[in-house]
Amino acid sequence: MSFTKRPDKRKMDELRPIRAEIGIIPNADGSALFAFGDTVAIAAVYGPKPLHPQHLQDPERGIIRCNYNMLPFSVTERAKPGPNRRSKEISMVAGNALAAVVDLERFPATVIDIEIMILQANASTRCAGINAAAMALAQAGIVMKEMVSSVSIGKIDDKIVTDVIKEEEDWEDGEGATDIPFTMTSRTKEITHLQLDGRIQTTRFKEAIEAAKVACEKILDYQMRALKGEKIDETK
Amino acid sequence: MDLPNINKRRILNLLKEDKRFDLRKPFEFRNIEIETGISNNAEGTARVKIGKTEVIVGVKMSTQDPYTDHEDEGTMVTSMEFSPMAGDRYESGPPQMDSIEIARVVDRGIRESKFVDWKKLCIKEGEKVWSIMIDIYCINDDGNVMDASAIGAVAALRVARFPKYNEKEEKVEYGKFTETPLPLTEHVPFTMTFYKLGNKIIADPTRDEEDCADARITLGISSGKKEKMINSMQKGGITSITIDEMNAIVEQAEKVYDKVFPDIDKKIKHLMK
Repeated sequence: MSFTKRPDKRKMDELRPIRAEIGIIPNADGSALFAFGDTVAIAAVYGPKPLHPQHLQDPERGIIRCNYNMLPFSVTERAKPGPNRRSKEISMVAGNALAAVVDLERFPATVIDIEIMILQANASTRCAGINAAAMALAQAGIVMKEMVSSVSIGKIDDKIVTDVIKEEEDWEDGEGATDIPFTMTSRTKEITHLQLDGRIQTTRFKEAIEAAKVACEKILDYQMRALKGEKIDETK
Repeated sequence: MDLPNINKRRILNLLKEDKRFDLRKPFEFRNIEIETGISNNAEGTARVKIGKTEVIVGVKMSTQDPYTDHEDEGTMVTSMEFSPMAGDRYESGPPQMDSIEIARVVDRGIRESKFVDWKKLCIKEGEKVWSIMIDIYCINDDGNVMDASAIGAVAALRVARFPKYNEKEEKVEYGKFTETPLPLTEHVPFTMTFYKLGNKIIADPTRDEEDCADARITLGISSGKKEKMINSMQKGGITSITIDEMNAIVEQAEKVYDKVFPDIDKKIKHLMK
């Protein structure tokens, strides 16, 4: 069977209904919710604050400590709580995706803690998490050179799709499924995070980059609107 | 991070005149909000806000071998974590004593009230029973996370429904749900905590008030059709509590129950529809 239309009837380049909101955690310096349809992430930022123990400090720049965590009940079969290899890797790549735009040299010897929590998962969780975390950093007033936006681009059979869902990720017929999460900067359109799983021709990969660029611009618009105080909920 | 002594003194001095920073009376609760629908992959979920305190709770079901001393009864595991999101005093890592205690006290309130009909969670005696896993996460701590967690756990259980079970293969079909609610009884537990600050007792403290507290008592109460029963208790903190104080707390607990529980019950029933 070839992949001709998306299970949720979206256009190939269409995002799921978006939710975006800031200031959801009163205690945090910055916080946000970002959802691609059924995939819901929240993020909170604390800092910059002095880093302890002292030997971890960098006298020339601050560091970002990012922690990505999937709730046990965010998935159909309960996930064991606590960090695992997958969540540790995602924490690292998400932290790097965000650190690229934070002006860390302004905050020597400090740490910025970013906590990402996935409340409900239907693929693209790291992208939703990075989007929420970027908004939380901005709300916290941390100096950023530019914003970042994240999206997963897929090649399902021979079609390039934007914002992949679980059913598409599991596609096995034809050319199978390739999942490519991207994070891009808002102004310079540089890639601060990229992963790829699957099989894709080099020419098609270039198409994927273009699709990511278009999608990230759309996502940026939601992020900026939310940062101006709008509560966005397209799921209703 | 720690509450400055000057704030502590001010809270304690005001309390001598039965006054609180947010103008509440000693046993008055903040506004309680309860929602569901956190994750459609869970059997049941709840979000509870007490003032600015917020917890999210999920119920997941699976099957397991029964315990050898209860071969025809289902099981339950409750876990609780303070997310590093909840406040700058929390760091990531394995659950600490504070969260382990909350999980255990919430668990006992549910277990001892006979709120769950364990025998109806038996699939095949001696071989397979349902197991309920309750995961509680605090994402913003402004005090009284204990009571918020307990309310959340009960709400998540009440809105939960069984996942589909494939009897032929004896497997749970994860992600597919039935309309069947969990076998719960009328003995709905309600957990409330009283805090001793100096020689005053209050309920539902803010985080600052909690930081001034010398001791606390948590009571799990259920009623059903008959009179109210205390199902669980836990004293926290080092400072002792006098017998008179303890008697006063029990009396006050009944009043708080009558005042707060019907409202919570109504809010949860609304979600169950």
